[in-house]
Amino acid sequence: MRRASGGGFSLGRLNLYLGVLFIGVLVLAALVSFVWLPYDPQAMNFASQLAKPSLAHPLGADHFGRDLLSRVLMGARSALYVGFTAVGIALSVGTLLGALAGYVGGFLDEVVMRLVDVAYAFPAILMALLLAAVFQPGTLTAMTAIGIATVPIFARIVRASVLAIKEREFVEAGRALGMRSPRILLRHVLPNALGPLIVQASLSLAVAVLAEAALSFLGLGTPPDVPSWGNMLRESQSFMSMSPWPALVPGLAIVWTVLGFSLLGDALRDLWDPRN
Amino acid sequence: MFGFVVRRFLTALLTILLASVVVFSAMLAVPGDPAAIILGINATPEAREVLSRKLGLDVPPVQRYVQWLGGVAKGDFGESINYQRPVGPLIADRLRVSVPLTVGAALLACLIAIPLGIFAAVRKGTAWDPLITSLSQLGAAVPSFWLGLLLILFFAVERRLLPAGGFTPFGQDPAAWARSLALPVLALALGQAAVMTRMTRAAMLEVLNQDFVRTARAKGVARRAVVLKHALRNAMVTIITILGLSLSNVFIGSIVIEQVFALPGLGRLALTAIGTRDFPLLQGEILIYAATIVTLGFLVDISYGLLDPRIRYS
Repeated sequence: MRRASGGGFSLGRLNLYLGVLFIGVLVLAALVSFVWLPYDPQAMNFASQLAKPSLAHPLGADHFGRDLLSRVLMGARSALYVGFTAVGIALSVGTLLGALAGYVGGFLDEVVMRLVDVAYAFPAILMALLLAAVFQPGTLTAMTAIGIATVPIFARIVRASVLAIKEREFVEAGRALGMRSPRILLRHVLPNALGPLIVQASLSLAVAVLAEAALSFLGLGTPPDVPSWGNMLRESQSFMSMSPWPALVPGLAIVWTVLGFSLLGDALRDLWDPRN
Repeated sequence: MFGFVVRRFLTALLTILLASVVVFSAMLAVPGDPAAIILGINATPEAREVLSRKLGLDVPPVQRYVQWLGGVAKGDFGESINYQRPVGPLIADRLRVSVPLTVGAALLACLIAIPLGIFAAVRKGTAWDPLITSLSQLGAAVPSFWLGLLLILFFAVERRLLPAGGFTPFGQDPAAWARSLALPVLALALGQAAVMTRMTRAAMLEVLNQDFVRTARAKGVARRAVVLKHALRNAMVTIITILGLSLSNVFIGSIVIEQVFALPGLGRLALTAIGTRDFPLLQGEILIYAATIVTLGFLVDISYGLLDPRIRYS
């Protein structure tokens, strides 16, 4: 095999650019869907049932003749909404728990870490089954389930950062100057965890989008009347033998999004990793 | 080593116990009267009364939890409302689908990922490494259920080589059994293999960069022997984690895959139970899933201790 050229081209940089590009296009698609859609995503048109891609329907149409481009753009909204809310929940709860556990230590640390262990036993899909049984399946339960299932990762990251830093001189100096614990945490300890948190948030967004799609596919996520990628895939299954497009389009949208967030997360980690 | 195993065992047991509290108390959080929810609005008060008693709702929650847990410890998960049968055998029956699916997919994923990951690590600096890395990055982004749909489209709809769904029990026809599981196993395994390839590669690279590997090379040990004996053995700790993790992931992933391929496994049973508000069945199922994940984590930790003495003494 040829040796790859030493300098010049770096896979890490390429990952960063691709990640930014993928996510940029996705966010743009979601924003565009608010102001412009080629068709009403819910409008049925029996003349264009299972239509192949054409000028009228650039990505084709589904079994009700609904325009796939319009629906996939709407789906970007659902994916981002659920993804960001779920990761937002995980980030805030996880940071709080991890910071408390690491900073206070002792018994509280023990309790929080046991809770984190328990949360690890309930991955997003399982948590969603549990919540869907108790409440009604829907967007809120899906977001909450994905969020809770993601809390442990963030809690562990923050706890580790806090433990690594809390004995360092500048924290001690802050304490000597009479700073209160919350201020020390916010001003000195947490900023040091910011890099890993951003990286993890990006990677968790990838996982959250996958989980949202899977839950919608199972009928446990976004309500069936809202176009989400998982819903579109579920509906497409019965008509695959007649037209592959309704199954291909939302699937590619998921791959695009997940790839974007994971490329971005990986690239940021490589960029900020002191070992590189 | 013994102390290490006991300590980890107790932690795992505590985690499963706490998980059972979560599962049980979730059902307590159901808004309204569970009996009324299950029976619907047309139920007579008498029918609700009977079901309430059957669900044990006339007993205080703590006592009910202790009774339920005591039953679970003996393999008695209560009775399914929808199927009118004990939950335990119902679950055991479905495991005949979910276990081969999960184990098959996890093994296939390892068979693909571990050699590929080692190869990428050893060939770092050639075009192979970025090729494998990029492919696995892409593969990890493909949802297994979508891959399942694509496989159905390719192998079942277009070519009619394999069934698009359904399940044939092994005892009935082993060949048909294998054919009915082929596509679901493939759909579950490929995405997992992609994730694991990256992890194996990273683990191998970490070891290959260490001094003892350079020493071994310097004293003239063949490259192949260094990789397979010295490096792989040290990367084993990470690879075992990956195997355990992949079993967990694939077990949970099977919930979705069973839906794609209409396989009568544990996942489909859970989804039906949600539809019919079959709380005793769901409690049992979710506890089985959670306990399996904790147990796999425990086994991984134990094998760590076996492979790496530094861990068991720390």
